[in-house]
Formats: sequence, structure tokens, C-alpha cells
Amino acid sequence: MFWIVGAILIIAYAIIPVLWIVSLSFKEGDDITNKSFLPTVWSWENYRTVFASDLFTTALRNSIGMSLIATTISVVLATLAAYAISRLNFPGKRLVLGVALAITVFPVIAIATPLFNLWRTIGLYDTWLGLIIPYLSYSLPLSVYVLAAFFREIPWEMEQAAQVDGATAWQAFRRVIVPLAAPGVFTAAILTFFAVWNDFVFGITLTSSEAARPVPAALAFFQGASQFSQPTAPIAAAAVVVTIPVVVLVLLFQRKIVAGLTNGAVKG
Amino acid sequence: MSTTIPAAPPSAPTRTRPQRRRAPVTDRARKERNLGWLLAGPAFIAMVAVTGYPILNAIWLSLFDYRLTDPAGRDFVGLGNYATILTDGLFWKQFGVTSLITVVTVSAELVLGFALAMVMHRALYLRTALRTAILVPYGIITVVSAYAWAYGFSNTYGFVNGLFGLGDYDWFGGTWSALFTVCVAEIWKTTPFMSLLLLAGLAQIPDDYLEAAKVDGATAWQRVKRVILPNMKAAIMVALLFRTLDAFRIFDSIFIMTAGAQGTETLSFLAYRQTISRVMVGLGSAVSVILAILVVLIAVMFVRVFRTDLSQQRGDRK
Repeated sequence: MFWIVGAILIIAYAIIPVLWIVSLSFKEGDDITNKSFLPTVWSWENYRTVFASDLFTTALRNSIGMSLIATTISVVLATLAAYAISRLNFPGKRLVLGVALAITVFPVIAIATPLFNLWRTIGLYDTWLGLIIPYLSYSLPLSVYVLAAFFREIPWEMEQAAQVDGATAWQAFRRVIVPLAAPGVFTAAILTFFAVWNDFVFGITLTSSEAARPVPAALAFFQGASQFSQPTAPIAAAAVVVTIPVVVLVLLFQRKIVAGLTNGAVKG
Repeated sequence: MSTTIPAAPPSAPTRTRPQRRRAPVTDRARKERNLGWLLAGPAFIAMVAVTGYPILNAIWLSLFDYRLTDPAGRDFVGLGNYATILTDGLFWKQFGVTSLITVVTVSAELVLGFALAMVMHRALYLRTALRTAILVPYGIITVVSAYAWAYGFSNTYGFVNGLFGLGDYDWFGGTWSALFTVCVAEIWKTTPFMSLLLLAGLAQIPDDYLEAAKVDGATAWQRVKRVILPNMKAAIMVALLFRTLDAFRIFDSIFIMTAGAQGTETLSFLAYRQTISRVMVGLGSAVSVILAILVVLIAVMFVRVFRTDLSQQRGDRK
């Protein structure tokens, strides 16, 4: 009984702030400042406002496009690297791991400011590529670690059996290991997507216009842009829109996400 | 990307295959070596190319008095920027604010995260619902979470004042109350992550230990203190390390909730403001380098404590 109460409290803890921003996004007119949790009239007004605004729709397109591209490339590269790290013996393996660890430790802001200077010089400032590249290098360590942890759990005897049967190392990788590793790769993809989707620092430092600005950065600029007379409720609506993909992924894949987050962290 | 996932470095496998012992560079070993770099190379280049240069560039620029709008006035000042920063009271104040936020949020997250983990570990029902629910704060965009809390605490839009009967209290009008709201937002967003790591540690404690303690008449508190906590030290240390490093780099929530007003500026925010807003590239780079050094120091400190802790534990058991 005690645990049930605890469980209900935890669920409330997790979703009340989300419900609050959802509720705020449905308020209109005087309701916005009524300071109560729920609107008196539920209105789609704010959603119409944000979807009618180029500022938001282009940002949404940027976010979706850049996140998907960065996630895909990152996971492909990380899969290859994690395989090599967990399976093959080659000089410099520790160097790869060390660099990955150093990147996760290094403050993003400390990378973003020099990149700001560099990108302006070589013309990558305010472009999709200019954001995808840092997304890639910042999400790679994460994917490499998650995948290497998964790869350690794979029954490698099967690969050896394939090699005994005459398969090359590459064939053994592609035919035997890829199908076994697919669930891990998928989990790494979800976690990478979360990380990239969440980016704010690169988004505000490396863009100056709608050309490449992702949603989190665009949200912060809603205020200054004074496109809306009253930006609070539209910001709430935009915030809800970008939270939907997160909630959908969590609902569908909670088991995989939990496994990916904790695998290796504790065993290592 | 503040939600970096901790995963202990997958210890480089030390398996030695029999055939490699015979000769150092057999044909097969050479092929394996080449394949290794072929597979790991692209990821390695992608990581180094984009971070290696900026890091070195930042260190280089930090030695100049350089304002982006005045390139001709660029002047080599050696460690002058560092001296300027380290003798500036503002820097130390922001160092204090950053440390305070780190200590407060990480300790609150540890306690709260442990409670969540205990409940999730024991809950027979609602297990899926629980995990799904707590993954929402984990996955949600930090900026969104910051807005949700900023509006919640706001005395124009928010429900918090009404809930606690605080009238028109202005949370963002004073340093302490503004910092409080930032901490609440951070704790809400990152406790789930902490609790999942702790849950994984909890799941590794054999039930027999707890049963045995119970049979021997240990109270619930004694079981937590004497059996559970010592056995999940590794999980606690990993969770603390990664959360501390993350918390020390706090940026998004500050930017959205207070924009550094009322003395709530943190070191990351200072680095951003110097370089991007004030285009003082040299000075800003120096702040970035100092921040990086501090983060590395924290990491080294943790690893030190962690190591001695583990060896002590091993010693105890013998």
C-alpha cells in the first residue's frame, strides 16, 4: 500500500509540470493571466498562432531535419566504431575511448564559442551543416558508449563460428552481428535523437536567422521578436508541439530507453 | 546537450586469442588492425575534427586581447586575460553561484532519486507506468522544462503562488528565490536520470542479503544504511560524477528563466555573454578554458575518491 502511494506520487511529480504547460497552451485572452492551473475555456488559438508563424514552422522543419540527419550519421559511425572497440584489437583503441570521454567532459559552451569564430570564417555559420557537424561530434561519444555496452552482451561465439566456417571478419560482422545488434543500435538512435533534439547552446550560438535555427533556440527568440503581442501562451503551445515526439518515443520504447541508459553505467 | 548519458568506459577487452600470442604481426592480426581503424576511424575523425580544433583555438585565442569588431586591435597579452578574470570579483561570485547550484541540485537529486529508485524497485503494480512517467522529464527539452517552471512560478501567469497562498510574490525579483526556481527546474528534469542509474545499482543487490539482514533483526533504516548503500557505492558514484559535471555546466535553464538577472549568472553563461554578446573573443575564450579546467578537476577528484573507495572496500572484505 505504501509503495502504491509512492508510485502515484512519482507519476504526479513527473507529469504535473507537463500538464501545466499543456494547460497554459490552451488558454486564451484573460485566461492566460488567471493564475489558475486550468483554463476556463479550452482554445486552439495558440496552436493556430504558432503554426501560422514562419518563425516556428521553419524552426520545426530545421529541428526535425537536422536531428534526423545527425542521428542517422552518428549512429552509423558509432556502430562501426563500437564494434571495432568491443571486438577488434588495434593500436589506438584507448585513444578513441579517451577522446570520446574527453568530449563528454568538455563544456559545450567552450566548444560553441570557438566554433562560432571558425564557422564565420569558413562560411558554415547559420547553415544546417554548421549545426549537424557539432551535433555529430557531441552525440558520437554517447552512441559509442551505449553501443559498446550492448555489444559486450552479444554472444560472440556465433561470430567465431561464422569465421570458422570461412566467413571474413567483415562478413561475420554484417551477417551475424548486425541482426543481433539491431536492438542496441535502435536504442542508441533514440538516446541520440533526444540529445540532439534537446540542443540549445549550439542552436543559439551558431545561428543568426531562421535558416538553421532549431526550435529550442527559436523559443528563446519568440520574446525578442515581438511577433506576438503576448508570447507566453504561444510559447507554451510551441513547447508542447516539440514535446510530442519525446512523449511518443517514451511511450513506445520505455523499456529500451531504460536499458540503454543504465546498461554499462553500473556494470563498468 | 546537457543530457549526456553516463556509461562507464567499456573496458577495452583484454581477451587474448591464442593465435596472436605466437607472432606479434601475423597476417590475420594486421588485417584485424586495419579493419579496426577502418571502422573506428570515421567516428574518431568526426569527434576530433570538430572538437580538437575549437579547443586548441580557444586556448590560443584566450592569450589575446581580441574583440571581434576590432580585429586590427588584436593584441597578444599572454596570460593577461586569465589574470583579469581571476582577479575580478564577478568571476568568483559566478563561480560561487555555479557551485551552489551544483551542490544543491545534485544532493537533492541524490536523495530524491534514491527514494524514486526504492519505490520503482518495490512497486509490483504500475511498474511500466512509473518508468514511462519518469522518462518524460528525462526526455523533455531543457528549454521547455525551463519555460514550464518559469511560467509556473511567474506572478503574472503562474499557479504556484495561488497554490501556496503567496499572493503576488515575485520569485524572479531576488537572487535567492530566483536561484531556488532554477534549482527546482533542474532537479525536476534530471532526478529521473539519477534514479534510473540508482535503480540499476539497486537491482544488483542480491535479495538474500536483505533477507538475511531482516532475519537478523535489522530495522528498515539499518538495512538501507548497512546493506543497501554500501552495496551500491559504484552506482552512486557514477551517478554523482555525471550529474555533477552536467550541473556545473548549467546554461539552458539560466538563459530561459532568469537570463542571468538578479545575480544568477553562472560560468557557462558568462562565457557565452563575453564571446557572443560582447564579442570579447579573447576574454570569453579564457572563461571557456577556465570552465573546462574546472570540469576536468571535478572529474579527476571524483575518480580519485572513487578509486580509493573501491580499494578500501576490497580491503575491508578480506
